[in-house]
Amino acid sequence: MSELEVHATEWHTRDFPTAAKDLLQDSQTRKNVQHATNVIQGKRNTVVAELPDWEDLREAGSQVRAHALRHLDYYLTQFEENCTRAGGHVHWASDAAEANRIILGLVQKHQATEVIKIKTMTSEEVGLNAHLEANGIRPIETDLAELIIQMGKDRPSHFVAPALHVNRQQVRAMFQREMNLPDLGDEPEDLATAARNYLREKFLRIKVAISGGNFLIADSGGICITESEGNGRMCLTLPDVLISIVGIEKVIPSYRDLEIFLQTLPRSATGERMNPYNSTWCGVHPGDGPQEFHVVLLDNGRSPILADKEASQTLKCIRCAACLNACPVYHQTGGHAYESVYAGPIGAILTPQLQSMKEGRSLPYASSLCGACYEVCPVKINIPEVLIHLRGKVVREDQATLGGKLSLWNIGMQAAAFLFKDSGRLAMAEHMGQIGQKVLVSKNGFIEWMPLMLSGWTQTRDLKAMPAQSFRDWWAKEKSPNASANLRAEGRSND
Amino acid sequence: MTETSHHRATILASIRLSLGTPQTADQIAAEYATIKRTYRRYGTMNHDELVDFFEDRLREYDAGVYRAELNAIASTISAILTKRGKHGLVMPSGIPKSWLPQAFDFEQIDDEDAYRIDRSEGVMTGCTVAIAETGSIVLQNAPGQGPRILSLVPDYHLCVVRAGQIVSQVPEAFDRLAGSSSLPTTFVSGPSATADIEMTRIKGVHGPRFLDVLIVNDATA
Repeated sequence: MSELEVHATEWHTRDFPTAAKDLLQDSQTRKNVQHATNVIQGKRNTVVAELPDWEDLREAGSQVRAHALRHLDYYLTQFEENCTRAGGHVHWASDAAEANRIILGLVQKHQATEVIKIKTMTSEEVGLNAHLEANGIRPIETDLAELIIQMGKDRPSHFVAPALHVNRQQVRAMFQREMNLPDLGDEPEDLATAARNYLREKFLRIKVAISGGNFLIADSGGICITESEGNGRMCLTLPDVLISIVGIEKVIPSYRDLEIFLQTLPRSATGERMNPYNSTWCGVHPGDGPQEFHVVLLDNGRSPILADKEASQTLKCIRCAACLNACPVYHQTGGHAYESVYAGPIGAILTPQLQSMKEGRSLPYASSLCGACYEVCPVKINIPEVLIHLRGKVVREDQATLGGKLSLWNIGMQAAAFLFKDSGRLAMAEHMGQIGQKVLVSKNGFIEWMPLMLSGWTQTRDLKAMPAQSFRDWWAKEKSPNASANLRAEGRSND
Repeated sequence: MTETSHHRATILASIRLSLGTPQTADQIAAEYATIKRTYRRYGTMNHDELVDFFEDRLREYDAGVYRAELNAIASTISAILTKRGKHGLVMPSGIPKSWLPQAFDFEQIDDEDAYRIDRSEGVMTGCTVAIAETGSIVLQNAPGQGPRILSLVPDYHLCVVRAGQIVSQVPEAFDRLAGSSSLPTTFVSGPSATADIEMTRIKGVHGPRFLDVLIVNDATA
């Protein structure tokens, strides 16, 4: 059958500062995001504090993920062998186009015109829904939040709770319209019941399901999916055909390793001791669930990241989104400002790397480097370290172009480096600053406006004018070994 | 070369290029064995405390919790079903006859007829293991537990847990699951729920909205 190419939802159309500026004007969204992240953060802190061995679990989880990545090809082929032996079909896709081609082919082979879906960020990453729609297949999202996003023609803003930027009144209005329920109430229970009734018939009828996967388990050839609502279980159990699309980095060596992640993931992601449902299965089991099972292993820019010693730890991520909830920048802007499938601190390091630093170049700067993300990460990804590393990469790549070399930023930074390298030059610059600032200092002793790229600093705050005597002058005069002599010469004592 | 095997080779070569010289399976296994697992494997509670702890955690999820001695399973199930207003349940094969009270209709289902299961008033199953600290029950495709569909589609689930099946910690549960990791397995922690609307945990979306757990005292009986 023929296949139409489409472009995935347009991400990366604006840089972070531009998108953030717009979103900061949207006070309703900010309120929704702040409420939601504060609630999850609070619950997370409570259930994490309960565990006396939390740090041991973090360390073990970090080591297991790092080990799996160090031997990724070994564990992937082990997974492939065991999954195939259990009756599954393993496909490999180097990029989004190949993943879409494989999945569309499988859906078309079964002559399905509708498919049910479990929330998967990987599917979002490859733009699968748009691809299926362009080819006449209707994908139906079954996770409540994803359903809200799909009905609202919106974008996910958080990868555990994708509709966290929408409040219940907004959801009600959408369900009233799309499900034809004019009398629907706005209690969360009403909305959940509406979704249950709307989707039940689809679960029972539709024969092909598409999922992601939280973990690929090498030694059993199985997959693990964690969820809350039971829509995942429905998709994993009722259809005839199941297709799971999973990033290659999601592999763990052993089933036993789940004893770590099934403790750290729910506590980090939703602040629960355990989420309502976790499913594991291997290939096909006669008399239980889909009798045709496919896994699509997606690379799409992941394998080159492994070569970067500092940044490859990014791939340890288990997508709990705790770093989003903890991030003061995310709190203010929400997820859409990142213009990326993966938002928040982890998105800020993952997105540009997945795009070989061609997109999302402003994202490593979308952080105050406060370190809250690292502190909550259940697999100890040192996000601030990677952010700085990637900033360095962006700068060096920019410097390699003529435009970058001649940019005001580069000239300014080079000049600053020149001055800071030598104490004599710095002293001279300070003296020049004291003279030069005179035109900028207001009567109150503050600088309220600075020129060019320095203007950002004074946009929302005043800068105190440089004092007449610099610290270095003061030190030289009062405290240095020669100071007593100087002071004596002036007729003063140092004691 | 087919399209897929071409992509397979490309991905594996790209990974290898990034990682450098590969190690042998023995070296990898040796490295895996050095991973520090200093987290807790076992709890320190005695048996009675453990069962109480499990009950507390289940109640926090808003599950109903009941207890019965070995010789009173059927009468307790009768009381639970009466309270819930049920006339009968579906169940997998392998449920002991002695559990089933008279005056209720228990239908054994061995296939995956989703519509028939959907019309039932609820389901009764056993379990493989239960975890106190997280209030979880673990179901597998095994006698008395059945295929996954059975404990999923009905709106009501009654799970019978023998006290000896309750462990304290998640790692302890994985010790017990070590031999059956290839079976379809579901960890159930409370009734189905969502927090997708304003981060409020709402009971009941697609899985059973009502969960009762009957803990049977099988210790030193």
